[in-house]
Amino acid sequence: MRLLALDTATEACSAALLVEGEVLERYEVAPRRHAELVLPMLESLLDEAGLSLSRLDALAFGRGPGAFTGLRIAAGVAQGIALGAELPVVPVSTLAALAHGAFRERGETAVLAGIDARMGEVYWGIYRGVEAGVMECVGEECVCPPQVVPVPPGKGWFGAGTAWACHGEILARRLGPRLAAWAGDSLPRARDIAVLGAGLYRAGRAVDPAQALPVYLRDKVVAEKADATDRGRE
Amino acid sequence: MRVLGIETSCDETSVAVYDSETGIVAHEIYSQQTLHAAYGGVVPELASRDHIRKLLPMVRGVVREAGGRESLQGVAYTAGPGLIGALLVGVAVGRSLAWAWGLPAVAIHHMEGHLLAPMLEPVPPAFPFLALLVSGGHTLLVRVGGLGDYDILGDTLDDAVGEAFDKTAKALGLPYPGGPALEALARGGDPARFTFPRPMTDRPGLDFSFSGLKTHVLQTLCRSDASPQARADIAAGFQQAVVETLAIKCRRALRETGLRQLVIAGGVGANQALREKLQAVVDEEGAALFYPRLEYCTDNAAMIAYAGWLRLARGERCPASFNARARWSLASLR
Ligand SMILES: Nc1ncnc2c1ncn2[C@@H]1O[C@H](COP(=O)(O)OP(=O)(O)OP(=O)(O)O)[C@@H](O)[C@H]1O
Repeated sequence: MRLLALDTATEACSAALLVEGEVLERYEVAPRRHAELVLPMLESLLDEAGLSLSRLDALAFGRGPGAFTGLRIAAGVAQGIALGAELPVVPVSTLAALAHGAFRERGETAVLAGIDARMGEVYWGIYRGVEAGVMECVGEECVCPPQVVPVPPGKGWFGAGTAWACHGEILARRLGPRLAAWAGDSLPRARDIAVLGAGLYRAGRAVDPAQALPVYLRDKVVAEKADATDRGRE
Repeated sequence: MRVLGIETSCDETSVAVYDSETGIVAHEIYSQQTLHAAYGGVVPELASRDHIRKLLPMVRGVVREAGGRESLQGVAYTAGPGLIGALLVGVAVGRSLAWAWGLPAVAIHHMEGHLLAPMLEPVPPAFPFLALLVSGGHTLLVRVGGLGDYDILGDTLDDAVGEAFDKTAKALGLPYPGGPALEALARGGDPARFTFPRPMTDRPGLDFSFSGLKTHVLQTLCRSDASPQARADIAAGFQQAVVETLAIKCRRALRETGLRQLVIAGGVGANQALREKLQAVVDEEGAALFYPRLEYCTDNAAMIAYAGWLRLARGERCPASFNARARWSLASLR
C-alpha cells in the first residue's frame, strides 16, 4: 500500500508518505504559509522515497473541520493531484486524525477530539480506537459551544486538540468524572491522516477527485459574514 | 501550444483551453450570480465554497472537449487580484494539476487577462495600444506597450465605474448586479431631464472620481417624485454622465499619447452606450476601437489561458510553492 497524505486544516501544514507500513513526514507549524509549503513538502517526500505519483494507490487529505481557507487548499491540492495522476482520494476527518495522534503518541483509545472553532465554539468529535489505524466516531462530529458538547458514556476519556487549550476548564467541567486527562497542544498531522486513510481505502471508502471536498461543520456562514471574510484572508 | 486556463477570482468559475494556432478550443463559464443575488453582493465565503464544488468537474469537461490531457503543454490560473479565498481554490487546483501532469504552470494577473482579451478577436489590436479598463473593482487608462509593459496613465481616486453603476442601481431599487439593469432602465429615460456633473473633466490629467456622482444621484432621487419615469430619467442621466466622463478622458489620452488604437476591457465594457460613445470618439480622432465579445468582457478563463500562453511562451515558470494575492498592482508586472 502506497499513499500520499496532506493536511492544511489548522496552523500546521504537513505531508506524509506511507509505503508498506512505513511513514515519512514533513510537518511545520506555519500559519498562512500552507499554499507555499504543501507541494514542496509532497515533492520532497516522493524524492526521498524515490517514488513517482504513478506508483501510488491513493491520496488522502484532511477534509476538516478546520479553518475554511486551509480546508479548501487541502481539497484543491488533493483534487488537482488526483485528477492529474488519476488517483482515488480518501477524505479523512481532522478530528479523527487528532484522536489517532493521541493513540499513536500515548496509546489512548478513547479520545475527545476538539479543535477551536473561534466565536466561542469548538469542533467536536468522540472517537474510539478499535485497532491500529482505525478510529471510530461515536455519534456525529459537530460544532457547538464548549458548554454543550455531546458527552460520551463511560470513563477514561482523553481530551486532545486546541479546543482543550482554549476551553479546557469548561470542557473538563462538562465531562466531569468521565475525563481522565487532556492536552491542548496537538494539531492534526498528515502522518495520522495517512494511516487512517490507508484503513479507509482498504474499507472501500476512496472517492472520485471531484468528491474530494471539505467538511466545514459550520454552515451558517452568511449570518457570520465577518468571520467568513476574516478566515478568507488567512 | 495548448494551455489550460482557470479563473476563480470572484463569482465566476471558468475554465478554458487556448491553442496558439487555432485560438480558444474549449471554454466554460459558470456564474454564481443567483447564489449572491439575495445578499445584494458577493459573499466571499459562499463564493469560495461554490468554486471548490464546481471547478474540478468543469476542468474535466473542458479538457475532454479540447481533446484530452495529451494535447496540453501548460496550465495558467488567476492568482490575483480578487477575493483571496476564491483565488486560492483556482490556484491550488491549477498548480497541483500541473504538478501532477509534470507541466509548467504560470500565475496570471486578472487585469492583465482583461487587458489582453481583445487579442482573442479575429481582428485584434497590435501593441502598443491605449486600454480603458472598466470593471467592478477597477477604472484604469493604461498604455499597453506589450506583454508586461503596462503604464498606468489614469486611475480612479475613489469608486470604480462598475461600483458606481452598482451603487446607483441599488439606490434606484434595481436588483444585483446593477450595471446591466441600470443600462436597461436608462433606455426608457431622458438623459437631459436632470443634470449630473462630469467629475474631474475640467482639469488636466487622466484620473477619475465617481463617488460624488453617486451622491448627486441620491440627492436628485430624493428631490424627485421617485416615479418610474423619474428613475428612468435619473438612470439615463447618470449613465450619460459616466459615459461622457470616460469619453473625455479617452480622447485626452489618445491625444496625449499619440496612440491610434483604443481597447475597452472589463465588465462595464459590455455597456452599449459606452461602446457607441467611444466609437464616435475614435472616429473623430482617426483611431480604431477594439473590444472583446461579451463572453470575454466579464470574468472568464479564455483570457487567462491566452495570457498564460504568452507568458509560458516567454519561458516563465512558477515554482511548486504557490500563492494568491488579494491586491496586486498591474504596474508591477514585467
Ligand atoms: N451593461 C453594463 N453597463 C454597466 N455596467 C455593467 C454592465 N454589465 C456589467 N457591468 C458592471 O461590470 C461590473 C462587473 O465587471 P467584472 O466582472 O469585469 O468586474 P469584477 O470582477 O466585479 O471586478 P474586477 O474585475 O475589477 O475585480 C459590475 O460592476 C457590473 O455592474
